[in-house]
Amino acid sequence: MVLRLEKRPTPSRFWLYATPPVAVLLTMVMGGLLFALMGKNPFEVIRTIFWDPIFGEFAFYLRGQLLVKAGPLILIAIGLALGFRAGIWNIGAEGQYIMGAIIGASVGLAVFPTESRWIFPAMVIAGAFGGWVWAMIPAILKTRFNTNEILVSLMLVYVAETILAKASTGFLKNPEGMGFPGSRNFSSYPAARNDFIYEPLGLHWGGVAALVTAVLAFILLTRHQVGFQIRLAGQAPRAARFHGVNPARLVVLCMGISGALAGLAGLFEVAGPAGQISIDFNTGYGFTAIIVAFLGRLNPLGIVLAGFLMALTYVGGEMASTNLGLPDAAIQVFQGMLLFFLLAVDVLTNYRFRLAVGAH
Amino acid sequence: MNRRNLLATAAMGLMLASGGAFAQGMDKVKACFVYVGPIGDGGWTFQHHDGAMQLQAAFGDKVEIQFQESVPEGADAERVLTQMALGGCNIIFTTSFGYMDPTNAVAAKFPDVKFEHATGFKRDHPNVSTYNARFYEGRAVQGHIAGKMTKSNKIGYIASFPIPEVVMGINAYYLHAKKVNPAVELSVVWAFTWFDPAKEADAAKALIDQGVDVIASHTDSTAPLAEAAKTNGAVIGFGQASDMAAYADGPRVSSIIDNWGPYYIKRVGALLDGTYAQADAWEGIAGGEVQIGEITDKVPADVKAEAEAMRDAIAAGTYHPFTGPINKQDGTPWLADGATAPDGDLLGMNFYIEGIVGDIPQ
Amino acid sequence: MDIGGINPVILIATLMASAVPILLAALGETVVERAGVLNLGVEGMMVIGALGGFVVAVQTGSPVLGFVGGAVAGAVLSLIFAALTQVFLANQVATGLALTLFGLGVSSLGGQGYNGIKPPSTGQLLPDALADLPVVGPIVFGHDWVVYFSILMTAVLWWVLKSTRVGLIIRAVGESHEAAHALGYKVNRIRLLCIAFGGAMAGMGGAYLSLVRVPQWVDGITAGAGWIALAIVVFASWKPWRVLIGAYLFGGITVLQLNLQVAGSIIPVEYLSMAPYLITILVLVIMSAGRKANGAPAALGQNFHASR
Repeated sequence: MVLRLEKRPTPSRFWLYATPPVAVLLTMVMGGLLFALMGKNPFEVIRTIFWDPIFGEFAFYLRGQLLVKAGPLILIAIGLALGFRAGIWNIGAEGQYIMGAIIGASVGLAVFPTESRWIFPAMVIAGAFGGWVWAMIPAILKTRFNTNEILVSLMLVYVAETILAKASTGFLKNPEGMGFPGSRNFSSYPAARNDFIYEPLGLHWGGVAALVTAVLAFILLTRHQVGFQIRLAGQAPRAARFHGVNPARLVVLCMGISGALAGLAGLFEVAGPAGQISIDFNTGYGFTAIIVAFLGRLNPLGIVLAGFLMALTYVGGEMASTNLGLPDAAIQVFQGMLLFFLLAVDVLTNYRFRLAVGAH
Repeated sequence: MNRRNLLATAAMGLMLASGGAFAQGMDKVKACFVYVGPIGDGGWTFQHHDGAMQLQAAFGDKVEIQFQESVPEGADAERVLTQMALGGCNIIFTTSFGYMDPTNAVAAKFPDVKFEHATGFKRDHPNVSTYNARFYEGRAVQGHIAGKMTKSNKIGYIASFPIPEVVMGINAYYLHAKKVNPAVELSVVWAFTWFDPAKEADAAKALIDQGVDVIASHTDSTAPLAEAAKTNGAVIGFGQASDMAAYADGPRVSSIIDNWGPYYIKRVGALLDGTYAQADAWEGIAGGEVQIGEITDKVPADVKAEAEAMRDAIAAGTYHPFTGPINKQDGTPWLADGATAPDGDLLGMNFYIEGIVGDIPQ
Repeated sequence: MDIGGINPVILIATLMASAVPILLAALGETVVERAGVLNLGVEGMMVIGALGGFVVAVQTGSPVLGFVGGAVAGAVLSLIFAALTQVFLANQVATGLALTLFGLGVSSLGGQGYNGIKPPSTGQLLPDALADLPVVGPIVFGHDWVVYFSILMTAVLWWVLKSTRVGLIIRAVGESHEAAHALGYKVNRIRLLCIAFGGAMAGMGGAYLSLVRVPQWVDGITAGAGWIALAIVVFASWKPWRVLIGAYLFGGITVLQLNLQVAGSIIPVEYLSMAPYLITILVLVIMSAGRKANGAPAALGQNFHASR
């Protein structure tokens, strides 16, 4: 007798919604074991990670931080998801995020200290442009020379990091910063600042952009011709060509959208929560967003939920680490476990386990 | 870790603590630390955590320690700091330059919590202090040893990023090598990273391949020393941030040790006994923040004695590593004969001194 | 025979050693991807191999056993990926990224207490008499055994993939798992073995970092080498000898740019430090221009479920 996997005729609606909670429960059990092994009270750790940021003593502050953390992840992941659905692999969102921040910040800093209501909008456009340009390099190399976009977009992350170092120690360096690296801080430049619109929710323009983009992307994918083309190109490339989908145009479009969104995320971050261009400005949002995109099953609304779940593990994990003396690495392992379980139990949506007698 | 020194400073801290305990002191202090890397980096963060452990040992039950590793600069730092302040930390040490603005922003919201920011200059609020260590003093001692020890007259420096802290170190190192060996040439390699062991090894190899036989590094891993070890004694180097004593029987002839313990003990002690005040601390060999690791027998006794004499003179305040006449790289005068460098010049240093070849990446 | 203050013989000898971690990991990933599996967790497997290798070498005093330990550690971690993608049919891209996160965390936890220790050293394989010969000495004879092993593995994998039955099966699975299944091959089992092999190679590459290149254990010792290895596989169009060329090209430019800095080159440092990435892109553009297919296995990244 063996346990066999059998494909369901149609995806199970029940498991579609039930798998994430099941995965979280499994992670709590396994993670609890890990924490117990490390000599911590597992219930306390789990409560600190999942409960305290939302309902605990300091939730009034931490709830807002969830959106601050989730916003850029969601924004980037939605762009990536469009490409991934069409089979276009932009792995270098981190680089586009950096370039969006640099170009956007440059526009704002170039006119310092002018006060005008047009400065911030101009920065937003410049930020999107910066990310777009950086994504256009792999896009055009792919359409023109058939160069693999995975390699090019990834390599450009490292180039962007070098440009970031140069910006923080050179052309964007704060002239009043005593020679230290880092640009002026946008917190002291109101016209260019991405301030909180509603602080208790952590809502700034980046969060607004993320949520609006999610809705727009959902409409695009389900209602619009382009969405249909994207889905078709990913599922059946040959059929797509037969239906008049131009693959080169699709590459330019998808890479462009994901680059621009990553650039936007970078701009909102640099002008808002981060406050300045610095050598270590980027913190891996571009890579984490790839995970978020898949956890959200490449669906814009799923991505929103996945983004918040990731944010929760970051914020709650930090609390557990600070307050309970857990090493940061234990939180990383815990996050890894959560992702593993989420990915593993997903199989129940499309398949079911059956006991079968004998092989085949 | 020099145990005797530790005990002495701990005793001093305790003395201070019991001295004015009735002023406005506290019975118990919760001291919190924000680290930029993992404790296991073996360098920068490792040493800060070592300081925190010294603090714990010095005060025992009177101090509760909390820390958070690998906190990215920017928004994440602001959140971690806020969490710590909300969670009842009395004093928070933020141990990387990039935490400067977040530290000041959070300090504004929590006037009763003390904030101590390492290596920065902004003290926008009365509850923000800054602290740093005069690592260039150690570089001067290294430069002296390098100038005396090099046979090829080529010495090397593996630099991280072009910031004043690093440029200051390069200048101090070169100046003192040149002083004892006018023929010396300095090669600088910019790694554009704080931490990438493989790249650091490659950088050391590049220096060695081109005839450099003394290597100093401003990145954190032991990779350059390990690379030097492969030359069977032809190339020597220095430990950076931590003592790196594992290489003491090989290429490591001395080291600069970041020793934050004395400062942490002093500040928390002051908080306990009520004498705490805002400060802009920049201490070096004298205060124990910068330690010169054991100079090994590879260094001839006379050179060792000279290096130790320089260390002691710096500690006693009778010698400043940047004493004029010193010109800038382009030949324009910087310090007149006998003048010593003002701290402001050092903190914002963005030029090489005369004799160094090459440009600082801008 | 220096060129601009740089000795090309020493440069070549250096790059051969400094490319080993990337080369080993990329060779392993090549096999994995030829079998149709995209494992983005190379970084995680390398770092766990770096720790595993270090711990075993320190405990046993034998660097050779250390490399075995690194390979085992990498393979064990890769089995998590294999289980998720081959049994639970989880998305490969996301699982690979999660594996990197997990591997970095586990290695950091497991490495506590191993900071600041010096591992037993891995010396030059051949006698000095050979290594001291001019030109061929440093390039051909002056290396440790792992450098030779990495070149040998390149040749072996080229031969296996190209001319053996095993290679044929792997390629069949990677090109069309449906067809391979129809021919009676157990697609998921073959892929599982390839993934474990990839994990072992990545683990050895990581062990080379912690035992030879650095040699020391520090958190996050790989510092992104796994990502470069992934890029090199693509660069090489999934062909072993080209993997070697790619790894040597990337390693060579990295070493060269540092040497140029030491020699006082007039090129600004920041352009030099971007050079390895830009030149890799440039060479790939030239190589792929005008060609229709880029050589990617047709089933790359797709999971397979045998319905019957």
